[in-house]
Amino acid sequence: MVSIGKIARRTFLVGAAAVAGGVAFGYYKYRQPLENPLKKGLAEGEATFNPYIKIASDNRITVIVPRAEMGQGAFTTLAALVAEELDVTLDQITIEHGPAAPAYYNDAALREGAPFPAFDHSMVAETVRNAMGVVGKFLALQMTGGSSSLADGYEKMRLAGATARETLKAAAAQKLGVPAASLKTEAGKVIDAKSGKSLTYGELALDAARIDPPSDVALKPRAQWKLLGKPQPRKDMPAKVTGQPIFGIDVQFPDMLYATVKMNPQPGGAMKSFDAKEALKMRGVKKVIAIDSLYGKGFAVIADNTWRAFKAADAVKVVWADGPGHRDDAEAKKILAGTIAAGGGFSLRSSGDPDKAFADAPREKLVEAEYYAPFLSHATMEPMNATARLKDGVLDVWSPNQAPSVIKIIGARLTKLADDKINVHTTFLGGGFGRRIEPDFSDYAIRIAMETEGRPVKVTWTREEDISHGPYRPAALARYRARLGNDGLPVAVHGSVASPSVMAGMVGRIMPGLPTAGPDNLILDGAYNQPYKIPNERVDGYKAPLSTPVASWRSVGNSFNAFMHESFMDELAHAGKIDPLEFRRKLMADYPTAIAILDKLKTLSDWGKPIDKTRAQGVAFTLSFGTWVGEVVQVKDENGSIRVEKVWIVADPGMVLDPLNFKAQMMSGAIYGLSAAIGQQISFADGAPQQSNFSDYDAMRMNQCPDIIIEILENSGHLGGAGEPATPPVMAALANAIYALNGKRIRSMPLNGEISFV
Amino acid sequence: MKLQVNGTVHELDIEPDMPLLWALRDELNIKGPKFGCGAGLCGACTVIIDGQATRACQTAVGDVKSNVRTIDGLGKPDALHRVQQAWLDEQVVQCGYCQAGQIMNAVALLETNPTPSDKDIDEAMSGNLCRCGTYPRIRAAIKRAAAGQQTGA
Ligand code: FES
Ligand code: FES
Repeated sequence: MVSIGKIARRTFLVGAAAVAGGVAFGYYKYRQPLENPLKKGLAEGEATFNPYIKIASDNRITVIVPRAEMGQGAFTTLAALVAEELDVTLDQITIEHGPAAPAYYNDAALREGAPFPAFDHSMVAETVRNAMGVVGKFLALQMTGGSSSLADGYEKMRLAGATARETLKAAAAQKLGVPAASLKTEAGKVIDAKSGKSLTYGELALDAARIDPPSDVALKPRAQWKLLGKPQPRKDMPAKVTGQPIFGIDVQFPDMLYATVKMNPQPGGAMKSFDAKEALKMRGVKKVIAIDSLYGKGFAVIADNTWRAFKAADAVKVVWADGPGHRDDAEAKKILAGTIAAGGGFSLRSSGDPDKAFADAPREKLVEAEYYAPFLSHATMEPMNATARLKDGVLDVWSPNQAPSVIKIIGARLTKLADDKINVHTTFLGGGFGRRIEPDFSDYAIRIAMETEGRPVKVTWTREEDISHGPYRPAALARYRARLGNDGLPVAVHGSVASPSVMAGMVGRIMPGLPTAGPDNLILDGAYNQPYKIPNERVDGYKAPLSTPVASWRSVGNSFNAFMHESFMDELAHAGKIDPLEFRRKLMADYPTAIAILDKLKTLSDWGKPIDKTRAQGVAFTLSFGTWVGEVVQVKDENGSIRVEKVWIVADPGMVLDPLNFKAQMMSGAIYGLSAAIGQQISFADGAPQQSNFSDYDAMRMNQCPDIIIEILENSGHLGGAGEPATPPVMAALANAIYALNGKRIRSMPLNGEISFV
Repeated sequence: MKLQVNGTVHELDIEPDMPLLWALRDELNIKGPKFGCGAGLCGACTVIIDGQATRACQTAVGDVKSNVRTIDGLGKPDALHRVQQAWLDEQVVQCGYCQAGQIMNAVALLETNPTPSDKDIDEAMSGNLCRCGTYPRIRAAIKRAAAGQQTGA
């Protein structure tokens, strides 16, 4: 049996910190409630019950959703968790992002990050998950990521609604002189059925806020849910179809300045010199300043209009120094391969004895393959931007971001202001995909605001700046080998995956100085923790010393591992002469959740039924972020070009809180993955990224978009994520479909390096 | 110079080569048209001029002689244009950043072609990128709006 101490030593930094932190602080402090940040700044007649709810005497009810709304629908579904228990309709509430505060820590993101497969419910796995959740609270990490918002809010936010409801009932009981137990609540009112009297929450709010909340409230059983489990119209939709100024890039103040940045395109490279003489003569240009940040070296132009700032930035003559990173892709691949060759990998799970199984394997039973995935930009639709104002000793930052607590840390570091003098306002996000966890765009805005004498300044990046600067999804290289048995199924599988560490990069950027040595389980996510049963199996991870900054990119390690691992599974199925879907059924026989998905997929897609010669199907399966997903992609040969014609997705997130939104997330995740698989890459030449705009870093368009058919199952018994899990399997399913069509096995992404697409 | 937007004439003292997008966003505080690429590649900045869907980032403000229609003048939350209503009915939107451009492009399409085929929709809409992958619902919403237009609903 593996001890927790051993796991701490062999897992990545946050895991280790989690275990150490959990033990050192103990659970006592963990039980202490965190301060309700809404108490500060209540309006006249307004009362707050907990960090999620404000009720005013005029019946305005505000629900705080402490996770960024970046398209995934968190605003509506998270608010519905509160509304369900509070007994109000979604029409009765206003939803806000709320301030940055420790009370909004996300423990699920860390809990789910524990280095165990989602289906591992052993005592060790659960203990480490709990310890990591504790550390989530100590780090007070408020962030949106890891497809964790619902898992995190599911208990907390329903409990917040239920506790407030019971407190309002207690206040009504006092007023009406009846026992609280005889009262009911509905649509924002407490009702005394006997007397027919009712009181609105607004009438009760101020009194109720003075009562100690009951400690033993009961949550509604699922059968009584009115909102959850049913599709809700998204609350952010009306503003978004009418073009309201709700995004970071829309922030506006009367005396605001407009700026842009230009940073060394070579990651980590310095700025040798810059000459702004011409730029400063241009209309509207106020200042050109050097920026020397942990995240980039370069300059900013401050002007009275964004376009004038863009134009002046082009007129600045700048000399960049070379960065320390790899010069081109060939060098990157050499470093990745060399890391594996040097040995010393780590593993998180193994079965049998793969080394022995390969030692005496007959040549004809061996299958080997090497796969590659490139660096990728997130290319959110809204380019990076943030607005900052430093005035009268107070820093305000308006930022479309996924991690407001990180902006507070950065702001305090730069301005030396106390935590309560820094306000972070999270706007709507024009896409996040992990990019907006990063502090760079807020850091630059704060630095620029320190130069504008109290005037607010909005800093907008050009698209070129956005795409040609990371942090990127890391490149990765994997080698797989298998030994097939006489029945065609694998007796042994061994993988080696090399990639730079996302966790070390992120921790280093947020809290420089923390040690980032040790393994990073993100390198193996999607490879080591899949529900295949293979007698001898191990995947080794290697942290490659590529210095290009790398970040979370929708589904993180799964985004490359699923392509590689699931392509290899497909290769094994063909080598063993077993139908690829049947192959997976056999190896996943121990997991009924997976079998139900594969069976449903088979029926929906008419898998195995002959179609005409120009069409073929491929299948792939990934369990990520607690959600089990199987996908079939159908491709069509159109005069030598591949059209992605149809995609079938069957997903099991355990429980679906909003089926319509869940399906929208599956569709979004698949299209995001297809965009990458078909044609995206950040390649390097002379140490710098070669792509700069949608001309050379395009994404799927309307005319390329397949029909997407989605089915939801609810068997897994664990609430999984929605935002990311559809992305990983689609890339492999596409590659596998192409192989089924024409026998061409493409092992390197993007696939359009070897075949053309419509 | 004069610039007419959603029926209102504005007086501006700016360079004629400033892209219409930045005149609208930074000079007039009309924030409906979005900045996505600045190079005519994504459609986030789409406005309608003389009935044509036009990329505001590629149009010099000095060249604009007619009224510019932006989403800000299309409809309000309590009085939606039928295309916006169709968007709502199909629950199209995710992050929403591309959608002002998508909607304006769809409005221009339906004004010239009230019953677009799938191919017409592909041709008209493929210049409008959506990183959230809302295309299937955009298509459904355009068809719904077209059907409503037909019956006069
Ligand atoms: S911003 Fe105009 S087309 Fe992209
Ligand atoms: S809805 Fe996000 S880019 Fe289209």
